[in-house]
Amino acid sequence: MDLLMPFMIGTLFSVSLYLILHRHLFKLILGLILFGLATNLFLFIVGGLTRGSTAIIREQETIPKEPYADPVPQALLLTAIVIGFGIQAFAIVLIRRVYQTFKSNNLNDLRGDRGPEKKKH
Amino acid sequence: MLFAILIGVLFAFIAPLVYRLLGRYVAILMALLPLALFSYFISLYPRVVQGEVIIANYTWVEALAINLQFRLDGLSLIFVLLITLFGFLIMIYASAYLQGDPLLGRFYLYLTLFMTAMLGIVTADNIFCLFLFWELTSVSSYLLIGFNNTNKQARVSAWQALLVTGGGGLALFAGLILLSIASGAHTFTGLLAQKNILADHASFLPAFVLIMVGCFTKSAQFPFHFWLPNAMAAPTPVSAYLHSATMVKAGIYLLARLAPILSGPDVWFYTLAGVGSITAILGAVVAVQHTDIKAILAYTTIGALGLLVMMLGINSTLAIKGMLVFLVAHALYKGTLFLVAGAIDHCMGTRNISQLRCLGEHMIPLGIAATLAALSMAGILPFLGFIAKEMLYEATFTTPWLLGIATLSGLVFVAIALLLSYRLFWKKSSKPTPPRHALSIGLYLPPLVLGIAGLTAGLMVSSVPSKLINGAMQQIVASHSNTYKLALWHGFTPVFWLSIGTVILGVSLYRFLPFIRIRSVGMQHMYKYGPDALYHRAFERLLHGAKTFIAKLQNGYLRSYIIYIILFFCGLLLIVMWRDPSDISFSQPAASLNETQLYEFVLVALVIAALIYLLGTRSRLTSIVVMGLVGYSAALLYVLFGAPDVAATQLLIETLTVVIFVLLLHKLPAFTYLSHQFQKYKFIAIAIFFGAVMTYVMLLVQARAVDSDLKKFYGAASYEQAHGRNIVNVILVDFRGLDTLGEISVLAVAAIGIYALLRLNSEKGGKP
Repeated sequence: MDLLMPFMIGTLFSVSLYLILHRHLFKLILGLILFGLATNLFLFIVGGLTRGSTAIIREQETIPKEPYADPVPQALLLTAIVIGFGIQAFAIVLIRRVYQTFKSNNLNDLRGDRGPEKKKH
Repeated sequence: MLFAILIGVLFAFIAPLVYRLLGRYVAILMALLPLALFSYFISLYPRVVQGEVIIANYTWVEALAINLQFRLDGLSLIFVLLITLFGFLIMIYASAYLQGDPLLGRFYLYLTLFMTAMLGIVTADNIFCLFLFWELTSVSSYLLIGFNNTNKQARVSAWQALLVTGGGGLALFAGLILLSIASGAHTFTGLLAQKNILADHASFLPAFVLIMVGCFTKSAQFPFHFWLPNAMAAPTPVSAYLHSATMVKAGIYLLARLAPILSGPDVWFYTLAGVGSITAILGAVVAVQHTDIKAILAYTTIGALGLLVMMLGINSTLAIKGMLVFLVAHALYKGTLFLVAGAIDHCMGTRNISQLRCLGEHMIPLGIAATLAALSMAGILPFLGFIAKEMLYEATFTTPWLLGIATLSGLVFVAIALLLSYRLFWKKSSKPTPPRHALSIGLYLPPLVLGIAGLTAGLMVSSVPSKLINGAMQQIVASHSNTYKLALWHGFTPVFWLSIGTVILGVSLYRFLPFIRIRSVGMQHMYKYGPDALYHRAFERLLHGAKTFIAKLQNGYLRSYIIYIILFFCGLLLIVMWRDPSDISFSQPAASLNETQLYEFVLVALVIAALIYLLGTRSRLTSIVVMGLVGYSAALLYVLFGAPDVAATQLLIETLTVVIFVLLLHKLPAFTYLSHQFQKYKFIAIAIFFGAVMTYVMLLVQARAVDSDLKKFYGAASYEQAHGRNIVNVILVDFRGLDTLGEISVLAVAAIGIYALLRLNSEKGGKP
C-alpha cells in the first residue's frame, strides 16, 4: 500500500492540474478541489504512514504506546482541509458570479483587455 | 564641522515651505547658507594651511563600519571653498534666472541638497560615507537636469546622466569595497596607511578598474563623456554649478584623493594619461564644430577634464600642482562663461552664435565678465589661467605627445575664448541683436564677481592661492619638494614662448572657425557610431526586450501563469535532485506490497478509475458525484492510516462541497467543447510531468523517513500537561489553539466574502 499511494496521488495531481489548465470555468473548480485533496494526501504521506494505530492515549496510560500515528501532520491536515473548504466554497461562488457577469465559460475571454463593455455606471 | 556639512539637508527640505511663505525672497535665505558655510570654512583656513587635519566622527552603523567620518584637509579645503562660493553666487543667479517659476522652491531644494552632497563628498573620510554622498549628487543632478520636466529632451538627458553616473557610482562602490576588504580599512586615512599591502594585493587591479569607471563616468571621460553635453538641457545655473565647476570635478577629487594610494604601479599612468588625453582631444575637436554656446562650453569642459585627468596621470609634483591650479582656474572661468551664456539665453531667447551679434552694445557688464573669463581661458598674462597653462606645458614638456595634446587644447581654448568674448560682444556689426528684455542685476553680478575672482587670484597667486594649493599638495604628494613656486612671471623660458605661440596660433584658428563648422557637417554621420547613439540603441533594446519578455510572461492567461509556476517549481526540484542524487530502494516498500489487503487495492483502483472517468465525462452532475467519490475514498484512506479525526473532517467537508455544488449547479456554465488538439497534448504532457515529479518526491521522502521530535513531545505532553487523550485534538485546541482561532477567522472571512458575492447584484448597480 505504501508503494501504491504515491502513484495514486501523482495521478491525482496530474488530473487536477490538467483540469485547472482547461479553459472551462467548471473544470477549473473541479481541478482546484482535486488539487487541494491531492495536496492534503501528499502532506499525509510525507508525514509518514502508520497503519492502524491512532494517536490516542489509552485509559490508564499517560503516554501513547508505540507504534502510533504521528499527530502533527494530522493536526496540520485538519487545518488544511477546513481552510481548503473555505477557499473552495469561495471559488465556486466567485466563478458563478464571474459567469453571470461575463456570460462566458471560457477563461480566455476574461483577460483585462478583452473584458465586456462597462455597463451603466 | 559635522553640523556645518549636514545642515544643508535641513535647509534643502524647508526650501519649498519657505518659498510658499516668502515667495521669491526664498533666494535670500538659501544664499545665506552657502555664504555662512563659506565664511566658516574660511575661518578654518589658517589652521588647515598649517597642515592640520580637522576630523569629525559620528558613529552610525558601527558593525558595518559605516560611520559619518569627515576630515577637512588642504585638498578638501580648496573644494569646499569652491563649492560654497559657487553655491552662493548660483543661488543669487538662479533667483534672477528662474524668476516667476512656480517651482522655484523645489529648485532650491534640489540645489541645496546637491551642495550638501558635494560638501559631503569632498570631506568624507569613510568610504561608505563618500559613496552615499556620491550617489546623492547623481540623484540631485538627475532632478536638476530634468527640472524642465515638460521637455522630453530634458527628461531623456536626466535619465541618461543618472544611469551613467549612478552606474559608475555602483562600480566605484564595488571598487571601494574591494579596497577595504584587501586592506581592512574603511577610511581614506586607513587606506593610506595600508597602501603597501594594497599595491601587491590580488584584488588591486579589479578595484583599480572599478574605481576608474566610477571616476571617469562622473568626470565625463571618454567613453562616458556623452552624458555631459546632453545634461546641458538643465537650466543654466545648474550647468554652471554642477556640470562645469563642481560635480564633474568630483571624479577628479577622488582621483587626487586616491593618487597616493593607487598611483604606485604603471597602470595608473597609462590609464589616466591615455584616457585623459583622448578626452582632451575629443573635447577640443568637437567644441570647434558647434554653434550653441552651451554645447561649446560643454565640450571645452570635457576637454579640460581630460587635461586634469592627464595631469593626475603624470603624477609628478609639478603636474599635480598644475592640475590644482588649472582646476581652480577652470572652475572660475568656465563657471563665469556658463553664467554669461545663461544670461544671453535669458535676454536674447537664443544661444546660437550665428544669431547673436555685438551684444556689448546693450550688456556691457556681461561683456566685461565674459572678457575677463575669456582672457583667463586663453591664458593671457595676469590671469590664473595663464599660470595654469604655463604649468601644464612645464609638466608635459619632457613627453612630446602629452605636450602636443596640451598645446592643441590650448589652441582651441584661445579660439573659443575669442569666439565667446570678442565675436559675441565687441566685434562691430551693422545690426546688433536687440535684447528681449534688459539685463537684471542678478544675471550679471555673479559672473562679474567670478570673472574678477579669476583675475585677482592670478595677480595675488603667490599669497592665498599658493598657500591653499600647497596645503592640498601635502595630501597628494607625500614628500613634496617645493621646486616650482607659484608666481606670475618666470622669465623668458621656452614654455613662455610656447605660450605666446599658442595664443598666436589660436587667433588664426579663430579665423578659421566658420570654415571648420561648414566642413564638420560631413562628420555628422560619425555620430551614429558614437557612444551616445550606442547608449540610446542599447536603452531602446533593453526597453523593447523587457516589454516583449513581460508580454510573454504576463500575457493575461491564467493557464500560462499556472504553467510557469508549475514548471519553475518542478525545475527547482529537479535541480536539487540532480545536485544531490539519491537512490530509492524499492525493496522495503515492495515487501509491504505483499501485505496489502485486497480492499486497499480496490480503493486505489476506484480512485484512479474515477479520475479517468472524470476526464471524459460531459455531464456536470456526474462529475460532481465522481468528485464526491474521490473525496470519500480519501476519507477512507485516512481511516486506514490511523487518522480518524481527519477522516471525519474530510467526510463532512466533502459532503458540504457536494451540497454547495448541487445548489449552485444550475447557475454554473454547462460544458462546451473548448480545447485545441495541440494545446491539449501540451497540457497533458505538463500534467503528467508534474504528477511524475510529485510521485518521485513522495517515494523519496518515504525512502528516508525521519523521526520527528515533535511526535515524541506531543505524545509525552498531551496527557501530562493538557489532560487530553486524543493527541490530535489536544494539539489543535490546546497547544496550537491560537492557530485554530486563525483558521476560524479565515473561514469567517470566506463566509463574509461568499455572502457578499451572493447578495451583490450587478444588474442593480452593485447594491443588493
